[in-house]
Amino acid sequence: MEPLLLVQGLAVRRGDRLLLRDLDLRLQPGERLHLRGANGIGKSSLLECLAGLRTAEAGQVVRRAPLHWLGHRHGVNLALSPLENLGYAAALLGAGEAAVLPALEQLGLGRQRHRPCAQLSAGQRRRTALARLLLSRRPLWLLDEPLAGLDAEGIERVGALLDAHLASGGAVLLTSHQPLPGRLGVFLERSLTR
Amino acid sequence: MWTWFHRLASPPWFYDFAGRLLPWLGLASLLLIGYGTVGGLLLAPPDYQQGEAFRIIYVHVPAAWLSLQVYLVMALAAAIALIWRIKLAECVVVAAAPIGASFTALALVTGMLWGKPMWGAYWVWDARLTSELVLLFLYLGVIGLHQAFEDARAGARACALLALVGVVNVVIVKYSVEWWNSLHQGPTISKIGKPSISLEMLWPLLGMTLGFMTLFGHALLRRLQNELLQREARSQWVRERWARGDV
Amino acid sequence: MSRLILALVQREARLWLRRKADALLPLLFLAITVTLFGLGARPNDPALAQSAPAVIWVCSLLAMLLGLDRLFREDREDGSLELLQVSGQPLALAVALKLLMHWVMTGLPVCLLAAPLASQLGWSGAGQGTLVLSLVLGTPVLTLIGGFVAALTLGLPRAGLLLPGLVLPLVVPILIFGSGAARLAQSGADPAGPLYFLAAALVLALTLLPGLAAAALRNASD
Repeated sequence: MEPLLLVQGLAVRRGDRLLLRDLDLRLQPGERLHLRGANGIGKSSLLECLAGLRTAEAGQVVRRAPLHWLGHRHGVNLALSPLENLGYAAALLGAGEAAVLPALEQLGLGRQRHRPCAQLSAGQRRRTALARLLLSRRPLWLLDEPLAGLDAEGIERVGALLDAHLASGGAVLLTSHQPLPGRLGVFLERSLTR
Repeated sequence: MWTWFHRLASPPWFYDFAGRLLPWLGLASLLLIGYGTVGGLLLAPPDYQQGEAFRIIYVHVPAAWLSLQVYLVMALAAAIALIWRIKLAECVVVAAAPIGASFTALALVTGMLWGKPMWGAYWVWDARLTSELVLLFLYLGVIGLHQAFEDARAGARACALLALVGVVNVVIVKYSVEWWNSLHQGPTISKIGKPSISLEMLWPLLGMTLGFMTLFGHALLRRLQNELLQREARSQWVRERWARGDV
Repeated sequence: MSRLILALVQREARLWLRRKADALLPLLFLAITVTLFGLGARPNDPALAQSAPAVIWVCSLLAMLLGLDRLFREDREDGSLELLQVSGQPLALAVALKLLMHWVMTGLPVCLLAAPLASQLGWSGAGQGTLVLSLVLGTPVLTLIGGFVAALTLGLPRAGLLLPGLVLPLVVPILIFGSGAARLAQSGADPAGPLYFLAAALVLALTLLPGLAAAALRNASD
């Protein structure tokens, strides 16, 4: 099977520190890769590199599919409501306007959709960001700490989201300090160490 | 051609290459500036209009030429750095800026000293002096931007972008300032074939200019060597040369 | 594409509407500094009317610097910028539209206030139209240059201090031709030359700077 993401001999630098080197990685449809490691080890920088936000010091990253990105900065403007945030994201992602409301409802934000995000809790803001994943179908998901700030019910919903995505042939690469919810998919775990 | 280009751009090779070139550039600039100084300050006859005061052109004119040329070198390196992502070119941008700023400051100070006997004031809003002042601000901007970055590579690329916008701006500034005001005496050297100053005055001036150019080359290579050492302090080639005592 | 443009403009417009006061600050700054010039000179000094083009242009220039350091900061801090970069949409287009909205909210009011301020300085009648026209052509260039520098200094701890020092030398030609056009018109001469130059500078800035600002933004997130 063709991998959705192929990484060869990757080296990542932050400032004058070389965080990682000679990293090889492949992600097939239906696989989820859970990156673990201590704070500051370079998980976020690696993810940024895979998303094309950071230039690799060496090696190459091949993405064979469009991707959804959820960084540790959630990409939600606090002055705008969840509805406005998602409407904008839909235009960016080339998704239809009609997908916005169901996505918000699926993450339990139906009632809060008109309130400015500044008035929502951290968990609700995170849910707004997660709702973006449902706007358009993109096979590759890169998620940095998607569970941060979520309650038990929110984590359940993310589990269901991941299961549905993997079942339809998507792949997920994520970082998390918590155990992952959901049952489906080939579980791969990789710990980064110096 | 391309293999040569890439070899030149590799830090260890360039470091050694610069090391071999440096003494020759230093010697050449010493001789040329020495000749220019003696020829200009002692041998050339005084100007029939400006008297002895004209002798300041032996510093002012080369400094003013270099101040523009260094900016062009910087912008060229910036374009190379951004298009081909060559580290060495990034280093050239940040290494050239302080040298260019020094030439610009020198041209400004000597221009003002010249202005006092010529126009009766240290500062008049003359077109060339004014562009030179704006050029100094542009150089200081690049230096300030570089200082503000913690990450050397991101800082150098930001400086490269600024230098590119700056070089377009330098041209427009010169044009706009000339439109705004021209008080200065017309250019005396640019008439090719029949210079309007005497040869006795011209040769030392050319010598001085070449001397300033080689001085720039020397300073640039020295600063590039330092920049490379700092950036690659942890790499193998720096350690090897450190062990040899070759830094 | 048109839907994307609409969404980008709509987002900026909403954000501006939710902090309307920010749009008034440059205007207030301009009115105050011009008034200060009046107070610093002798009452009803005719020299003030003569230097009115320079005074208004310089004060507008400084007013347009306000808030530039915040132009991309919010988008960077909340991750919206990353989202835009990863989305695969042209970043230069988004930058251009953001700057356009920024100009509409800060530059356009400055242009509109120029004529009343010119009268306040004792410059009556002739040439005020040229002053406004020179500002309409010149202030978008100031926004474009300012936006480029804001992208360049994004995320730097001292961006607010660094920014004016980088922007001001770059806008020297705009000031010279803008103020020059107004001065020519004031003295009854034909200001067409510098106005054409300003128009040319605007076209040049529009073609080059959004792309360079996008490159600077990518560099800042690297």
